Order: sequence, then C-alpha cells, then structure tokens
Amino acid sequence: MIKLVGVEKKLGGQPVLQGVDLSIPVGKLTTIIGRSGEGKSVLLKHMIGLMQPDRGEVWVGDVEISRLSGTRLNDVRKRFAMLFQGAALFDSLSVFENVAFPLREKLRMKGSAVTKRVEEKLGEVGLAGMGHKFPAELSGGMRKRAGLARALVMEPEIILFDEPTTGLDPLMAKSIHDLIVTMQRRFGFTAVMVSHEIPEIFGISDWVAILRKGKIALMAPAAEFQRTTDPEIHEFISVGGTVALPGSLVG
Amino acid sequence: MTNVIEQLGVRAILRIQEMGRMLLFVLSACAWLVRPPFRFHQIMKQLHFIGYKSVFVVVLTAGFTGMVLALQGYYSLRKFGSEGLLGSAVALSMIRELGPVLAALMVTARAGSAMTAEIGIMRITEQIDALDTMAINPMQYLIAPKLVAGVIGVPLLVAIFDVVGIYGGSLVGVDLLGVSEGAYWNSIESAVEWKDIYGGILKSISFGLIISWICCYKGFYTRQSAEGLGSATTEAVVLSSVLILVWDYFLTSVLL
Repeated sequence: MIKLVGVEKKLGGQPVLQGVDLSIPVGKLTTIIGRSGEGKSVLLKHMIGLMQPDRGEVWVGDVEISRLSGTRLNDVRKRFAMLFQGAALFDSLSVFENVAFPLREKLRMKGSAVTKRVEEKLGEVGLAGMGHKFPAELSGGMRKRAGLARALVMEPEIILFDEPTTGLDPLMAKSIHDLIVTMQRRFGFTAVMVSHEIPEIFGISDWVAILRKGKIALMAPAAEFQRTTDPEIHEFISVGGTVALPGSLVG
Repeated sequence: MTNVIEQLGVRAILRIQEMGRMLLFVLSACAWLVRPPFRFHQIMKQLHFIGYKSVFVVVLTAGFTGMVLALQGYYSLRKFGSEGLLGSAVALSMIRELGPVLAALMVTARAGSAMTAEIGIMRITEQIDALDTMAINPMQYLIAPKLVAGVIGVPLLVAIFDVVGIYGGSLVGVDLLGVSEGAYWNSIESAVEWKDIYGGILKSISFGLIISWICCYKGFYTRQSAEGLGSATTEAVVLSSVLILVWDYFLTSVLL
C-alpha cells in the first residue's frame, strides 16, 4: 500500500535519507527503528506528504504523492491518520471536540451522530467520561490516548505513529503499545510506527525495519529480525535489554 | 572585498525570497477563502478575538488621545483666538490619522502578537501538521479567517476610536477648558467631509490586512524553538508597526 523508492532528503544541507527503499505490508504493524537523528520521523512524514523528497518516489496505493499538492494530496490523506509524538491535540479544544474535529470538519457530521461516535472511541481508548477535559489537564499517557481516539475516529486505512510512547513511564508505554496492537487487530488498518522501545516493539510488531545511514538496512518479520547476523544491528537491538518473545505483550 | 559583496548579495536574495514567500502566503490564503467549505464560525471567533477583545484598550487609548489633542490644540489655537476650531482640529486629526494609525498599533500589540504566538505554538507542537494530516488546509482553516477578521475588525475599532477620541476632546475642551459646546460640534460638522471618513476607512482596512498578514506569516514560519517563537513574535510586532506607518504615509500622499 505504501512504497518508497529511492527516497533522498537533505535538511539544512545535511543528507538525512539517502535512498530509502521500503514497502509497507498491508494490514500489518510495521515498526521502524534506528538511532536518534537517523531521520525516522522524516521518513514517516514523507509517507503522508508532510515532506517532499528531493529525489525518489512515494507511492500510496497507485498514486505517487511526492509531487502532489492541494486537493489531490488531500484526497490521498483522507486514507491516513497520524498520532504525533506530543499527540498534537488542539489546546483550545476539549478532548471531546478534538476527537469530534475531523468528523465535523471533514465529514460535516453534526449532533448526536458525532456524540455517539466520539464517545464510542473515547471508551475504546479508556477515556470514557473525560471528554470535557482540555489537553493541558491531561497526563502524557491520556494525551496519547486522546490522540489515538482522534486518529481512529475517521476509521482510516493507514495510521502512522510517531514515537507514541516517548516521555511515558514503562507501564504507561506498555499500555499504549497494547492499545495500539488491540486497535490494529480489531480494525485491521495498516500501521507504521516509529519507536525506540526495544525490545518491546518485537513483541507487538509484525514487521520491523531499521534505518541506518539514511537507508533501510534490514526489514524482516519481527521474530526473524531478532535473529539477524549483522553485528551492528544485533548490538543496537540488544542494548535495550532482553529481547521479548513475539506476542509477549498481547494475548 | 569580494566576500563582503557576496554576503550582501546573499542577504539581498534571501530578503527577496522572503518577500516572495510572504506574497504567496497572502495570495494562497485569499484563494482558500473563496473555496468551500466557508468557515463563518471561525471568522466570528477571530472577529471576537481581534475586535471585541480589543475594544477596552482602544477606548482607553482613544479617550486619552482625544483629551491630550484637545489640551494641546486649545493652547495653540488660543494664541490666534481660534479656540472655536478646536472640534475640527481634534476630529480631523482623529479621523484622518490618529484613529487608524493608533488603533492599528494597539491591535498589533494586543491581538497581532497573540496571533503570532498562537500559530507559532501550533507549528512547534505539530498542530498545523495534524491539520494537514486530516486533509484540512491550515491556510483555509487557520489563516483565512484571521485575515477576514482583521479586515473587518480593525475598521470597526477605528470607528470606535474616532468617536471616543472626539468625545474625549470634548470632555477636555468643552467641559474643562470652557470652549463653547456649540462651536466645538459645529466646527466638526463643517470641517469633516465624507472623503476624510472614506480615507480613514480605507486606511483601517489596509492596516487590518497588514496586521493579520504579517502576524500570521511570522507565526506560520516560526523556527522550531522557544527562542524562534520569541523572535517571530517580536518581528511580527515590529514589522507590522513599521509597515503601518510607511503604508500610512504612501496612502496619505495619494488620498490628499
């Protein structure tokens, strides 16, 4: 569904992506790992057209989006949702209004239909009865949950997660991971996650890719990825601690 | 020497690029303004913020400006025995110049800086990117309503400024300094022409556009740091204020 071909990007004159080739499996949870500053978030932003590559192509389905803009790009974006690192909730709106925002603004939905759908999503992420609160009144974990509810409310085909557990304690991080996996399994959307949470991500991801020196150095099913013989990758994934067995966090 | 010329050239090119980007920014916002969906609720919200919430500071400034004008004017006119012209002096100064310029400067300080900070924070915390990912154009949702609110709100505030200023002048001139009430108001009626009022409205509309345009632009392209946001806000206020004064000169020379 999402395919990147030879994507190159320089930021401030510095090469960040240097020929990324990546194909994201449909209906699976793919996690992209890599050292800080490798350009994982930059890569994610290319997938949804928030950044344009200097060279290369970004395909979403059968549409090449790297040169699209305006309405045509927006048409492609309707298939996406994104959970940002800081959740990117609108501070001037309550949690309820944040989740209702895409329904009201994009689908022009009104009244009880909005209320029903928003409350359903808030319930699914464990924020039932919290709709009246403002983002400033929420903890980091609750903000991420609200962001996830906003991402889910439009029932998108693809959801991008930009470091969804950054800044959270290990228990909260685990609960957010569990929530992401539960939602992904229930709704079957294609999920792409950028994360530093090693080894936890091996327990929740279907596929894992590592970005190194501006390229995808390895992409493999999670279990297979852990058996890599590449010494650098092995060292990187071993530093996080004991490698979890697949499925250890869910089920 | 070559290096110095090179540096100057680079700076000149960067400035021209920035000006081009600013022009494209406002053109893009205007283009999105006429495309559905029309966001009347957002326009009303911004009008409330730029207009209604600025009323107090505008009334306060206008009142004291009118009072000090009357005070200065009275002692200058008295030398020529023309105290009766005080009303026209206050009203013409207010309607032609001080009303539009001072009201616009007050709106820049109160609402313009807040606009830059709000949009800048939305940029830093990825709220603008979030709008993009929801296929909602930030130009249409965020910027266009602010431009409209500036263009509608500032002329209304200027009208309030003019009226309060003239009454402030009357308070000092008539009630404190003893100028005849009839002479004060009659001189206003005979001196103020429609073209003075049109000129004031035209100025205030363009000032409203300048404030919203510059302040939104600086917030939208703020650098990703607290320091960047601080400088963006300062630059927005300084640039808007300077542009208001420069544009006022050019517009006045055309209108006179």
